[in-house]
Amino acid sequence: MGKVLATRMAFGQELMKIAKTNENFVVCSADTKTCGIEKFGQVFPGREFSFGIAEQNLVAGAAGLASCGNKVFLATFAVFASMRACEQVRTFICYPKLNVTVIGTHAGLQVGGDGATHAAIEDVAIMRSFPNMTVVQPADAISSKALAHAAVEFTGPLYIRLHRNPVADFYNPETYVFEWGKANTVVDYGTDMTFIVSGILLKKAVDAANILREQGIYVRVIDMSTIKPLDENAILKAAKETGAIMTIEDHTIYGGLGSAVSEVVVQKCLVPMEIVGIQDRFGESGDTELIYKDHNMDVDSIVFKAKNLFQRKRSVTLSPHELRNDTV
Amino acid sequence: MVNHYYFTERDVYRLEKQAIQIREDIISMIYKAKAGHPGGSLSAVEMVTALYFHVLNIDPCHPDWADRDRFVLSKGHACPVMYAALARRGYFKPTYLDTLREYHSILQGHPDMNKTPGVDMSTGSLGNGLSVGVGMAMSGKLHKQDYMTYVLLGDGETQEGLVWEAAMAAAHHNLKNLVAIVDCNGVQINGWTNDVMTVEPLADKWRAFGWRVIEINGHDMKEILTALHTAKTMCHPTVILMRTVKGKGISFMEDDSKWHGAAPNDDEMIKSICEIKKGGVV
Repeated sequence: MGKVLATRMAFGQELMKIAKTNENFVVCSADTKTCGIEKFGQVFPGREFSFGIAEQNLVAGAAGLASCGNKVFLATFAVFASMRACEQVRTFICYPKLNVTVIGTHAGLQVGGDGATHAAIEDVAIMRSFPNMTVVQPADAISSKALAHAAVEFTGPLYIRLHRNPVADFYNPETYVFEWGKANTVVDYGTDMTFIVSGILLKKAVDAANILREQGIYVRVIDMSTIKPLDENAILKAAKETGAIMTIEDHTIYGGLGSAVSEVVVQKCLVPMEIVGIQDRFGESGDTELIYKDHNMDVDSIVFKAKNLFQRKRSVTLSPHELRNDTV
Repeated sequence: MVNHYYFTERDVYRLEKQAIQIREDIISMIYKAKAGHPGGSLSAVEMVTALYFHVLNIDPCHPDWADRDRFVLSKGHACPVMYAALARRGYFKPTYLDTLREYHSILQGHPDMNKTPGVDMSTGSLGNGLSVGVGMAMSGKLHKQDYMTYVLLGDGETQEGLVWEAAMAAAHHNLKNLVAIVDCNGVQINGWTNDVMTVEPLADKWRAFGWRVIEINGHDMKEILTALHTAKTMCHPTVILMRTVKGKGISFMEDDSKWHGAAPNDDEMIKSICEIKKGGVV
């Protein structure tokens, strides 16, 4: 096992590595410690532009750089990228389809002590509502590094959502391949239900699937790293083959992965669903795991909710007569 | 005070004549579209004419030429003046001007860089253009290209805080290849700018942010050409504060906020064209 790394640091470090041999991109920053690319200008003089504590200027300035043919990476906290500079992302990057990658770090509840002001719980809902925008979040450092390579080659508006704290590596660096818009089946224990996960909660989802297997419920787990465009085929396959879907994400239950998957399920293949995510409340300071637990996003809560979902699936698929005699 | 080395009396005559055509185009297209923003388009006619027909290093046959000068119309609602200039400069046929604001037209209600040849940045949301200009100027410096970036703002637009984030950044990065032009027509949608939200003293504000300031009459072609030449030679980012009249050239539109965003009716259209053709400019 290598050193445990946060998705944000893995991405930034890989970008710095790539920059040694690839001169085709520049970096814009706004005086935050985001993903380690704050040192970009020292290592690659002239290729980093400092905008100070001014996120709107950061984003609109990046649009100006991109309009002249530069591939631009800009980095700031997800909460500022998605809200302080919301309109600049929408109107000056997405609308003109400019080649800017917005790196939003410190996503979700993982900001820990910083509390609600710094916890981006609604950024996916905002970013995925913009036409022309691609939204992606890696599950661990391995997939984050792979994403860095893919992002450098990507053309167009891109939002990359990264987390603050180290998470255990889940993928094998030898075998992991990142593919745009493709869900990745990571565990396939059976067809009782599918967990569709995006981001660092993938490990919790798999842990929950393992516990459920021991209790006789067999779950499939897929990693939906690209939230937009969504891998509709993977969702339809999950709905048809397993008959129930639970989405799991470190984001408010309104507008994120859960909503995106629901939009497909409701319109194309109706099955019982459960959305695991941040309840309709702001984050707060405190230990991340305690906060996750408080929002029923910990492994035990996922197991509990999965059992409920399994019951609902059965009550939908069984006749009333069968239900009366049901002992599960 | 006029340095004839970089423009001649003949240039001035040619540009003033061109400005009459641009004014006529503006009124015609807004009349046909039954909507648009005549006031702020008319106040910027001389400046936009000077830029497109004398100053900008551009090639209408190659709108994406990498070394071209950039022009960002930060006050995007004044796009009729830019559309007229682009059409008359040869970026597209002037007949397209009749399609302003129509569904699927190349001429949107606010500029779209992917639909209109010659538009360097989509704009329309006020306060953003100078930041975009900062990025363009940074790119020029990075790649050692000698193009200039010009950004045209409204004076009311400087009420947006982002303008000053951009002003700060331009001075910090010493973007001498960036020129801001503020169309100080003194009127915004709900009345006099000084009544809505005072922006003055603008010159002091820009100076305090580290810019060189040139103040001119924005309807005097010689002053405009001189200012643009001077701005290009400065070693710092430069702002041209041009004093203008909103609705300039059409008597009943001048200094009246009603004409910020309204189209003339049949009678007003005829009267407007008559006044413009009489050459009521300068």
